[in-house]
Amino acid sequence: MRSILTALAATTALTGAAFADGHANLTGTLKIVSDMSNPAPRAVMEQLAADFDALHPDLTVELEIVDREAWKSQIRNVLSANPPDVVNWYAANRMTPFVNAGLFEDVSDIWGDLEGLDAVKGALTLDDKQWGVPYTYYQWGVYYREDIFNELGLEEPTTWEEELANCQVIVDSGRACYTIGSKFLWTAGGWFDYLNMRTNGFDFHMELARGEVPWTDDRVRQTFANWRQLIDMGGYIEDHQNYSWQEALPFMVNGEAAAYLMGNFAVAPMREAGLSDDQIDFYQFPVINPDVEMGEDAPTDTFHIPAGAENKDAAREFLKFVTSADVQTDINSGAKLGQLPVNAGSSVDADEFLEQGFTMLSENATGGVAQFFDRDFPAEMASVGMEGLQEFMVFPDNLDDILQRLEQARQRIYAN
Amino acid sequence: MTNVAPAISTATTDKRGWYARNQIAVTPWLFLAPGILFFAVYVIIPIFQSFNISLYRWDGLGEATYIGLANYQELTTDRAFEISLWNNVKWLALYLLAIPMGLGIALFLNQTVTGIRLYKSLFFFPFVISQVVVGLVFSWFYLPKEGLLNAALGVVGLGPINILGDPTLATYGIIAAGLWPQTAYCMILYLTGLNAVDPEQVEAARLDGAKGHKMLWYVILPQLKPATFIAFVVTIIGALRSFDLISIMTNGGPFGSTRVLSFYMYEKALAEFGFRMGYGAAIAVVLFLIMLFFIAYFLFSMWREERAER
Repeated sequence: MRSILTALAATTALTGAAFADGHANLTGTLKIVSDMSNPAPRAVMEQLAADFDALHPDLTVELEIVDREAWKSQIRNVLSANPPDVVNWYAANRMTPFVNAGLFEDVSDIWGDLEGLDAVKGALTLDDKQWGVPYTYYQWGVYYREDIFNELGLEEPTTWEEELANCQVIVDSGRACYTIGSKFLWTAGGWFDYLNMRTNGFDFHMELARGEVPWTDDRVRQTFANWRQLIDMGGYIEDHQNYSWQEALPFMVNGEAAAYLMGNFAVAPMREAGLSDDQIDFYQFPVINPDVEMGEDAPTDTFHIPAGAENKDAAREFLKFVTSADVQTDINSGAKLGQLPVNAGSSVDADEFLEQGFTMLSENATGGVAQFFDRDFPAEMASVGMEGLQEFMVFPDNLDDILQRLEQARQRIYAN
Repeated sequence: MTNVAPAISTATTDKRGWYARNQIAVTPWLFLAPGILFFAVYVIIPIFQSFNISLYRWDGLGEATYIGLANYQELTTDRAFEISLWNNVKWLALYLLAIPMGLGIALFLNQTVTGIRLYKSLFFFPFVISQVVVGLVFSWFYLPKEGLLNAALGVVGLGPINILGDPTLATYGIIAAGLWPQTAYCMILYLTGLNAVDPEQVEAARLDGAKGHKMLWYVILPQLKPATFIAFVVTIIGALRSFDLISIMTNGGPFGSTRVLSFYMYEKALAEFGFRMGYGAAIAVVLFLIMLFFIAYFLFSMWREERAER
């Protein structure tokens, strides 16, 4: 248990008068359990807790940081037994089990006070109520080796034909177009999200996520047919089922693969591995079907108040604090989280990738913004589905069998 | 417990207190009580709770709905369950190889040469390190491009093979990794067993002209029977508990081909996307029934043994 004491915090306080006005009388203890366990997010979380503590002299903020992966299964126990006042989680369907079980507090009341969050409100809404607040999100897209593209004389593709033509040139040069590590399955989910949103559109993708379309539908098959073009031409690195996403990075760093479909969090390890910003660049996943608007994946990470929290007043103040424009600008800057602020009043840090991502999401994602395969689909459909996607990437011939299995799972899961 | 003396109760004349009168009957139970209590709370009651939960549809958070045997019905059509069950059978069968392998090494090391203690400890070493480390070492050993295995196969002109990435080979790859520490365990059991072999019997057998595998089969092995029994028990239990290696080496993949029942249960009920407590409990019940078969066999052989000694 890590307690952040007022004394520690006083020196690092933000110019926070704006948030403190009229609410200076928060008392007691605010217990926060956070899953921001990677080094940079951890520092951000510790600073947030310290700043909030400094703003409220009568309030003691207790912060406990747990491992991000472990949290995904621990949250169930934490919420039902001895819940803290604030916890981290994810937006959209990932909230459903906890909302249905009445373990998350309805925070619709504070959404009335929050400004600049309209764009992300939908992702926090279930049953017309809001169940938490976002604090960061990040774009997905194709991160590629600019120097390899230059060497081969390639341009960023905007259509599927250009994409396939580029890939053929890359394969002919003895490289793979894309690196991917599918051992933990979700990376394949990202590919399916994009191919399906580009082939059939954002709305169809969401219908599929809600279980309204059978997996054996011809439109789904078309998505897989497009995917197969890349697989059959040798577009992906071999043996990707053995690697985690981090283990797949060296293929790109060593130049054995030219690109990586990933979230913006992949940029930091690429830079650490020695790639300069001249060597990496970003493009939006190309158009496949020009008749559908472009949808994007932009997973949102969130704060929630457990229904059993003891200090809900302080927790609500904390939620307002983290979503305020200044705090959002600060914690998402390149030196800190290096992601996108959720508040429209915040400014995006001057970082090549953050700027491109922000422009893409605000101007060129007219179809809609999805959370991610494993957050939009119900938990069980996501796990069965991603396993099928991985199998398809290794044995594309098994497609019929895989789709039958997913369809069988769909009929059972959504019937409940 | 069968030899607890009958309580002395000559009620009419005995003026002693109740405890004093029943001391001999009660005391063993008093000593057993803490053990029985904890065994009941942590083992026996949860078994029945699992049976109970397996009859419900429950996400572990909200209301549980009674659905009768529907979870078991679903198991019969669940291909992932079938694969897990078969993998358990493979584990049980192949893991037993650790016993002859351990015996072989033990016989080989059971000699007096300078530094034999060092060799013995080196052979025992894999059992000391954590299963997680064993799993990591083997998954590096199997790596398709950089791994030592493919480098070695390359020298003799074979390969490359991607053992952990191939759904038909991955389970065998993991079992091989598990055999490494398990063999060491069996070896240690046999080494201690060999210390207890009666040299006079060996001498007598030798005078009668027994040698080689006849000596081993008719003279040594019968004396090693207790060690063999223990080795069998720990190996069967080890095979059914094969969770950590799978989790580390393949995470159940590729596409679920290396899952065993314990891992599948964990995935369905407790892992990141697991919200099906009832279904997980049903898998646990099946696993329990398999274990029960072996446990019954072990208890039966121990009981027979004890009776024969009396």
